[in-house]
Amino acid sequence: MNVVLSITKNIHNWLYSMMPEWSAHLLEMILIAIVYLGIFAIAGLFLVLMERRVAAWFQLRIGPNRVGFQGLLQTIADALKLVSKELTGTTRADKFLYNLAPYFVIISALMALGLIPFTKDFQAFDINIGIFFLIAVSSVGVIGILLGGWASNNKYSLIGAMRSGVQTISYELSIGLSLLTMVLLTGSLQLSQIVEVQKEGWLIVQGHIPAVIAFMIYMIAGTAETNRAPFDMVEAESELGAGFHTEYSGMKFAYFFLAEFINMFLIAAIATTVFFGAWLSPFGITESLPWMGLFWFLLKTFLLVFLMMWFRWTFPRLRIDQLLTLEWKYLLPINLVNIVIMALIVWQKLTIQI
Amino acid sequence: MSYFSNIYNGIKTLLTGMSVTGKYFLNSRKGVITQQYPDNRATLKMFDRFRGEVIMPHDENNEHACTGCQKCEIACPNGTIEIIWDRGIDEYTGKKRKKIDKFVYHLSLCTMCGLCIDVCPTDAIEWGQNFENSVYDRTALTRVLNKPNSKLRAGIED
Repeated sequence: MNVVLSITKNIHNWLYSMMPEWSAHLLEMILIAIVYLGIFAIAGLFLVLMERRVAAWFQLRIGPNRVGFQGLLQTIADALKLVSKELTGTTRADKFLYNLAPYFVIISALMALGLIPFTKDFQAFDINIGIFFLIAVSSVGVIGILLGGWASNNKYSLIGAMRSGVQTISYELSIGLSLLTMVLLTGSLQLSQIVEVQKEGWLIVQGHIPAVIAFMIYMIAGTAETNRAPFDMVEAESELGAGFHTEYSGMKFAYFFLAEFINMFLIAAIATTVFFGAWLSPFGITESLPWMGLFWFLLKTFLLVFLMMWFRWTFPRLRIDQLLTLEWKYLLPINLVNIVIMALIVWQKLTIQI
Repeated sequence: MSYFSNIYNGIKTLLTGMSVTGKYFLNSRKGVITQQYPDNRATLKMFDRFRGEVIMPHDENNEHACTGCQKCEIACPNGTIEIIWDRGIDEYTGKKRKKIDKFVYHLSLCTMCGLCIDVCPTDAIEWGQNFENSVYDRTALTRVLNKPNSKLRAGIED
């Protein structure tokens, strides 16, 4: 029945029968880390390809379709090329911070990935403050961007990094508050608990109007959080070269690039978990097949990723003052009112339960 | 109250934009503008105003419209066109007059400015659609545009 999970259980039992408990434990952690690194790399490369194909379709082009079937190996070829590139740097850069920065970005993305409930029991780390941990970890990533911009010894990088600081700190508020709105419904921060609550209807249905508003705010703030167009003040090709990673080359650049796409995946995955019932199938149509949860989870996540790509290829970019006006004058007040409405709805039991 | 109407208008216009791009996305199969060039070489058709190279069209009797007036040679800013001419008996009128011997066109010098074609009084030369001009030897880019044994079409000079 549950093939994948029985395999992991068998490996678990086998390891514990083979060696003392502490080493088995350690080995298991290493194995899980390797599995997640694999997911990270594959998801990142696939998302880059998806971005390029979707962008091409929006612009009536074809996109990469030469390397492998329909261009499936294109991004792997790109990654191999980047591995073979020289790692250059500016002369008076702060070498230690300069080399440290990409790892901050990538490790924070990887830590957040461990919390995502891909399907029932396929979750590396089911901590009881799940949502809180996700918000906290995803804001650690901005330190990497700030360090990279500061240590590059380049004006454009520094401006890009400072903009990133402004933007991320502002929009963290909206992300946090819109997720808090949904936490009022679930009554728990633990991700598995949140999924459990949604067996009586996805939260976007349960919470109806305020949930939809919270979802819209979350998607806007999430797009800003990942520094994607229309909020790409950080990279801003037309103004700042490439922003904070102007001076990075080769694999260090690829780390920033992959982390950006993984962050996009994470934002979509959190939205799937909190608003769209994570791995739960619509109307419970595949409830008897637990492994279908993975399919449903990825389907919903990629639909949301597509939505973010749609934003990118539709909306004009914002100026930095418009960016801050949008956050502090519109999203934040709406969000605060929305929390009160949601609290009233939960108090009066006006939620829709299926 | 402009605060709420701003929000309403903002959402409305953003959704309008998304519907426009969404339509393009859904129709991207049919409306694709990318030419996958070496693959579609057989069916590739260049657009009307494409400037590939200067050609001199000949009709089925191997006749062209070039009177050898040399206006194109004078108009050319970088000496791309060289007309080698001679005097000969005109077979229609029997008078002695100018005739082209060779219309030499150096493609390697040409900037595709089109002044020669604009200035030609008899429309003897025009734009060709060929753009695959890579050769191994530079001399292959020097072309004689009038075909061997070709002559002036009747009634051009009137």
